[in-house]
This record gives sequence, structure tokens and C-alpha cells, in this order.
Amino acid sequence: MSLTKTVYAATTMALVTAGSATAENLVIATVNNGDMVRMQGYTDNFTEKTGHTVEWVTLEENVLRQRVTTDIAAKGGSFDIMTIGMYETPIWAANDWLVPLDGLSDAYDADDILPAMREGLSYDGTLYAAPFYGESSMIMYRTDLMEKAGLEMPQAPTWDFIREAAAAMTDRENDINGICLRGKAGWGEGGALITVTANSFGARWFDEDWNAQFDQPAWNEALTFFVEMMNESGPNGYATNGFNENLNLFQQGKCGMWIDATVAASFVTNPDDSTVADKVGFALAPNTGKGKNANWLWAWALAIPAGTQKEDAAKEFVEWATSKEYIELVAANEGWANVPPGARTSLYENENYKAVPFAAMTLESINVADPKNPTVDPVPYVGVQFVAIPEFAGIATEVSQEFSAVYAGQQTVEEALEKAQALTNDAMEAAGYR
Amino acid sequence: MATQHSRSAARIMMAPAVVLLLGWMLIPLIMTLIFSFKKYLPMRGGDLGWVGFENYVRFVSSSAFWPSVSATLIIVGGVLAITIVFGILLAILLNQPMWGQGVVRILVIAPFFVMPTVSALVWKNMFMDPTNGLFAHLWRFFGAEPVSWLSEASLPSIVLIVSWQWLPFATLILLTAIQSLDSEQLEAAEMDGAPPLKRFAFITLPHLSRAVTIVLLIQTIFLLAIFAEIFVTTGGAFGTRTLTYLIFQRVLESQNIGLGSAGGVYAIILANIVAIFLMRIVGKNLDA
Amino acid sequence: MARSVKTQRKIINTAAAWGIGLLIFFPILWTILTSFKTEATAIADPPVFLAFNWTMENYTAVLERSNYAKFLWNSIIIAGGSTILGIIIAVPAAWSMAFVPSRRTKDILLWMLSTKMLPAVGVLYPIYLICIKLGILDSRIALVIILMLMNLPIIVWMLYTYFREIPGEILEAARMDGASLKEEILYVLTPMAIPGIASTLLLNFILAWNEAFWTLNLTAANAAPLTAFIASYSSPEGLFFAKLSAASTMAIAPILILGWFSQKQLVSGLTFGAVK
Repeated sequence: MSLTKTVYAATTMALVTAGSATAENLVIATVNNGDMVRMQGYTDNFTEKTGHTVEWVTLEENVLRQRVTTDIAAKGGSFDIMTIGMYETPIWAANDWLVPLDGLSDAYDADDILPAMREGLSYDGTLYAAPFYGESSMIMYRTDLMEKAGLEMPQAPTWDFIREAAAAMTDRENDINGICLRGKAGWGEGGALITVTANSFGARWFDEDWNAQFDQPAWNEALTFFVEMMNESGPNGYATNGFNENLNLFQQGKCGMWIDATVAASFVTNPDDSTVADKVGFALAPNTGKGKNANWLWAWALAIPAGTQKEDAAKEFVEWATSKEYIELVAANEGWANVPPGARTSLYENENYKAVPFAAMTLESINVADPKNPTVDPVPYVGVQFVAIPEFAGIATEVSQEFSAVYAGQQTVEEALEKAQALTNDAMEAAGYR
Repeated sequence: MATQHSRSAARIMMAPAVVLLLGWMLIPLIMTLIFSFKKYLPMRGGDLGWVGFENYVRFVSSSAFWPSVSATLIIVGGVLAITIVFGILLAILLNQPMWGQGVVRILVIAPFFVMPTVSALVWKNMFMDPTNGLFAHLWRFFGAEPVSWLSEASLPSIVLIVSWQWLPFATLILLTAIQSLDSEQLEAAEMDGAPPLKRFAFITLPHLSRAVTIVLLIQTIFLLAIFAEIFVTTGGAFGTRTLTYLIFQRVLESQNIGLGSAGGVYAIILANIVAIFLMRIVGKNLDA
Repeated sequence: MARSVKTQRKIINTAAAWGIGLLIFFPILWTILTSFKTEATAIADPPVFLAFNWTMENYTAVLERSNYAKFLWNSIIIAGGSTILGIIIAVPAAWSMAFVPSRRTKDILLWMLSTKMLPAVGVLYPIYLICIKLGILDSRIALVIILMLMNLPIIVWMLYTYFREIPGEILEAARMDGASLKEEILYVLTPMAIPGIASTLLLNFILAWNEAFWTLNLTAANAAPLTAFIASYSSPEGLFFAKLSAASTMAIAPILILGWFSQKQLVSGLTFGAVK
């Protein structure tokens, strides 16, 4: 292996005669989302600039998580850069598994990163992952159907209004569902949506002593509301619908409203893919008047595992991929609506970007989310739609599986909450919290 | 008769395979055993010391344990039943005189070449998707409400997908067995006026017993370990969490290696119970 | 009269067999057809079967995005390497079990099969750590060894059942003629065993090709085979049926073609010598 590596390094060096003497080959693990796939197309631009070459390991989200988590925990060193989220960053940073990103160049302008993103990707005040794009959640709705229903979407609607509007927009004959929401099991899928919904109903995952709170009335209220609304106006089989299934439904004109990631806005307004591109309006995620909206906060970010031999080159790549120049590069080639959103303040001050219909609502949604105070009551954890502790992914996946069984009509809300309460407390006990 | 010389030569020749497999079995097994008695959390600093039987107790007392055992048995049993019954019928049909037998055989064995991941993806998206899947189109065509297969009929759906993958294997083995059946015996029985069902029950079926045994044994080994089909389709939701999948959740999703390893030990025990049960049936048939 | 009854039966048999054959093959056919559609046509309601504008755009897109040749090459090396290595180790073992059986032979065989029952995911971390220690993480050699060990029991068992079919008298005769053990294996046994070895090779090549747990979890940029290639197309954002179909077709086509061309050997391989 060391021989192949040497040979490889030698050939790369020979190839890049014009570049710096320390041209490296970077291995980058990333998720197969649209913006990342687009970035792969621009890799040549990076290689021209720096002389470093890049090899992509592109994986579906669940496989990627499994892969990078194993590798970082076992210190496998398979990757020089990993694409991770807001959930992983603080946990990994606390374990000293990531290279701190404090020495970035002046031209990079790290202070330009949106404060919410910066905070979510920092640990102890130091940035550990640079946001490639960031998102919150918001309502995307069909302006034509809303009008037909004789309703007007307020800037910040309540859940009761949403339920009423969904019922009014539903047209089973024409295959139009008033509202499409995620019901798919998985902490990052349906688990994320039901958590922010519950937050807006005043529910929380844990009290200050890390006791699970599924036995509290707020959870019951939120879950019951969700299930009743989806049964009235949701699509058939929503228990298996995740982000992508709903995106396809919405693009095909089968949803009146869809509450999901703000990044979806550029897909549903893209006339190449969406049949309803010119009929989409945006509004703030709903609330129940308790002061919290169903806004989550997430970023896909690039991080460098500690112990990599190519730290400098990796930093150069992270800077390039999350820079203002990269945004301009994409804008020049694919239009402003397609640049990676939600990462930089300057993007939202750019006149060209202000003309993009969903820009203002995206920024507002991001700013509303507060990872330190995700819900009405105080919590011992950080994170809006997740709890930034290592045990959460496992617990929340199982809890969301119980909820999905409710959505599929296989158990009652009470049964699911009882199981969720038991399994959460059990796992927290095993981890030594209680 | 084997000489002393050939006996020792035989031992030497067997050694590499036995030693390698012993290593392949023992090293992970010992590591699993060690981890199962430890609090081992890679996200919290790794090895946090011995905890006795705590992981074992926790793994079984979790509400997910027994459902996972029953899901495992239902999937393994369902797939075995379907592939053997349809395998026999298909083998009998393919053994009849017909045109283009070779091509039909190619069509029938094709699913065996498809990667489990690919077949799960294809079935999940292009057939069972409640909106765009072919089944949904078919249901709508007949005026019925499309079924959300992977949530409403999750276990049968997974059994269907896995059976599709393994039916070719069962069919081929059974077909070869049928082809070796003495046709004179069948003709004689026909002459004696034995009805087809009787001929099947008293001549064909006994003849197939050894082939059925092989199918049972090999398929059980592979079916106990199925993973990709569940990972891709339901992610363990809707009662499709098998024991293997539960261990996956404990090890990779919860990052609790101690707990997962205890689960691994239970899985080995279950596999061995199934194996002993199988060997009882198989052992006799294999001697013949 | 008897003849027409026979013809009639043959027609019915043919129709039934073709019907069922096509039904079983349909998911693969549909995947191949979908790979030539646009994303919009792929989800059209009602679905279109053949009358659409055939396009290669999905294949172009997939080839542009991924280095297919590299994944394919890794698959070939890993599946081929593990199978050949497995056969080299298994042939002597199977030979000795078949021709110099002892009371424990059957126990050893069943024990070997039982090693396949250890759930792989339970030992992911240990194996991962061992690979790091040996410096073979993300290398083809690691997968060749692991897949070889995984399939070794099946290989030994298949070869054993083949070798048992070879009449012992022939070996006795060769021995009488003064053949050494080496000559006996090389010139007498091997030619007779070649069909059996060939089908064992094929079956295990397929099993190794389709293995998706270790090949996915122990590889990154260097050694990733087609199973990892598929994982980058499995559930992206937006419509993906057509591109997924193209990637799937590319992942299964090599093995499908190989399987079809060698189905005679494979069929006999699948019998495990236990049925004849």
C-alpha cells in the first residue's frame, strides 16, 4: 500500500508541474444531494487553482453516516474531508476528532458565515466544520390552490390554520392532497419534522434531568394533531414518505402545502423539474401561539478528520468549496437560484440573490431557529430537531419508527408514546445519564 | 483403504482451510464475547470497563427483542416456504416438454444474479412506491386505492422481494433433481392408473427430499443474515426489524458496541438452534 | 390422436412456462427499459412500456459522474480474487475429505457452514480495527481475503460433493500404476473435477460480486466496487428512477451476461452434487 501511495503521489506531482510542490490527492466523502453532485462537476476549477486533485466517495445519506462514523470512531483515516451535519460536528469536536478551522485565510472571510450556522458548527467557540449549505424548514404552498380554496396564507400561520387550509385544498378526485409531510422513519427524516412540530406545541425531548418527556401531554397533543391532520388531508401512505417522496409529489402538483427544508424551494421553483414552478408561495413554519415555530436548523458542512496527513490541502479545499467565489462560480453557470443557500450573510445581501423568490423567507426561517432554546420550556441539550448527544441518532430512529407505525395505522398515539418513553429512558440509562 | 500415509497427507491438505476458518470464526467470536461484557461506546471514549452481564440483560429486556426474533423467523420461514413450494411447481413445469426451454430457464434464474441492494431498490421504488410504483398504477387502473406496500404489508413485501431473489436457486436445484428422476418408474405408475397427484406424492416428492434439504440448509444460512433488503426498504420500521437489523441499530446507529455484541451472541445462539434443528433433518438426508 | 394430445400439452406447457418466466424476469426487464427513459417518462401515468423516446442520457449522466470502469475493475478483482484464492485453499481440503474421509468429516463440514452464521455487523468494529492495524483498510486485498473466508465453507462443501462423485477405483488404478500423490491430483483428479471446479468458481464469483456489507463498509476511494457505486445513486433529491435504473443495469449487466453464457456450468454447480 505504501508503495502504491508513493507511486501515486509521484505521478500526481509529475502531472502538476505548474502547481505547488506539495500537490495532494484528497479523498472526500459526501452525500448524493443535488448541490454536492454539482460541486463534483466543478472539481477541475479547484485543481487548476491549487494543483490538488480530488477523489469523491459519494454515498446515499444513511450509508454515508454509517461509513464516516465508523471511520472517525475507529480512526481509520480513509477520508481527508467528510461531509457531516450539525448533529455530528459538536459531538466529534468534543472527542478531538476534527481539525479546528480557526486559521482560515482572510480572503475566506469566516465572519461572513451566517451566525446561526457558525454557532451550530462550533464547539467551545471554535468552528469545526464549514457550512456548504444551510437550511431551516418552511411552508411551501400552491398559490393557485390557496386562492381556489378562498384562503390567504398569513406570513406566520398557526397549525390550526394549516390544518383548515389543508382540508380546504384537498381534492381526492384530482389526486391533490392538502398537505404533504414526512412520515418516514429515521431521525433525520420524519423524526426531524415531528420534533420541530412538537417543539411548536411546547413539547421537548428531555427535561433538565434528562428524563424522557413522551409521557407529557404536549407530545400527545402534537402527535395526535399531526396524525389527524394527515389522515384528513395527507397523501396515501405518508408513513413511508421522506423528503424526496414529498418533493416528487409536490413537483407533480399533488400537494397543496409542504413543510420541509428550505433548500427544496429551488427544486420546486425550477421549471425543468417542477410542473408547478410558477405557483409556489412561501411562509414561515407554523406555530401554536406559544412562541416557537416548527423551524429546524441544519447545515451540511465539510470537516477535516484529525490525524489526516493532508491538513493544509484539505483546508484549501474546504475554503474553496464554501467560499464566496464558489457561490459566484455556480451563479455564473447555473443561475442564482441554484447556488448553495443558507451559509453566508453576503449571499443574502447580494442584489441578484434578493430577486430569488425564496431568499428572504429562507433567511428569516434560519434566523428564527434557536438551537439553544428549541422549545418553550428549558432543555439540557443543544439542537432544534435533534439532541446533540451521541445516543440521539439511535434513540430517535427507534422513536420515529414507533411514530411511523402510528402513521400507518398499526398502533395508537398512546401506545407509541409509551414505547418511546420506555426505550428512550432505557437507552439514556445505558449511556449513564440517569 | 486409506493408508497411514494418505491419512496424514489428508490432514495436511485440510489444515489451511480449517485453520483459516477457525481463525475467521474465533477471532471475531472472541472479540464479540469480550466486547459483550464491556461498556464500549466509541463516541464516549471507547472502552469504559467491564459491566458483567448488563448488556445481555439490557438487550433481551428491550421491547424490540422478541419482535425481532419473530420477524426473523417469519422472514426466513416465509421465504423458505415460498421458494420451496413454488420451486417444486416451477421445476415440474420446466421439466415438461416445451419449446424454448433454454430461454425460459435463463429468464427464471436471472434474479439470482441481481445484487440484493439493487433488487431492493428496484422493488421499493419502481414497484411498491404508493405513488409512482407499477403496482400503484395497476391498482389505480382497476379503480382500487393503491396500497402502501412497505408500511401496510411490510413483512409480506420483504418476503416477496427476498423470495424473488432466491426462487431461482431453489428452482434450479429442484429441477436438476427432477431431471434425474427415473421416468420409467413414473410411466409404470401411470400405467397402473395412479392419478397424477398420487404419483407426485409417492414418487416425485420422496425423490426430491434430498434436494429440498440442500435448499433449506443453504438458504437458511443466507436468509438469517439478510440485511440490505431491510436497510433499503423499511429501515427496520413497521415490524421488519430482524435480529441482524437490531444488532446493526445497536452497533452503528446507537454506537453501543457492547450492547450490539451481546446481541451478536444471541444471534449466534439463535443461528445454532436453527442449525441443530436443520442438521437433525439434513444430517440423515446428506448421508444417503 | 395421441400425438395431438401431446402437442396440445406441449403448447400449454410452453405458454405457462414462458408466462411465468417472463413474470419472474419482468423486474429486470422493467429496470433495463426504464434506464432508457427520461426521468419524466419513467414515472408517467399510465406507464409506458416500449413506445417512448429511447435515450442514452441516463448512461451519459452516470458515466460522467462516476468512474464506472474503476468500480467495475474493483468488482472483478475482488470477486475473482476471492474466488480463486478460495478454490486454491479449498481443493486440497475437499480432496482429503472426499477420498480420505474420517468419522469427523461431516462434523467438520457442518462446522464450516456454521461459521457463516455469525452476524457480520456485530464484528464490524473489530474487523475494521484489524484492517487499520494491518494497513489494508480500503484495499482490494482486504476484501479478497474477507470474502474468500466468507465463501470458503460453501466452496469446500461444493467441491467435496463433486469429488465424492469421482469413483475411487480410478484413483486406485492410478496409484497402482505408480502415480505419486501430486501426479494423482494433477493428472487424474483435476481433469475429472474441472466441471465441478468451474461451477463452484461461477457460483462463488456471483456471491462475492453481490456481497454488499463488507464491500461497502471497508472501502473508500481505492477499492470500492459496484455495490458502492449503487449507493451513490440510491436515493438522491428529485426524480431518480431512470438514473437509478441505468446505474443498476450497469451494476448487474456484467454478472448477468456472465451467468447467462455459463448457465450450463452454473446449473450443475447449483446442484451441490447432492442430486443427480
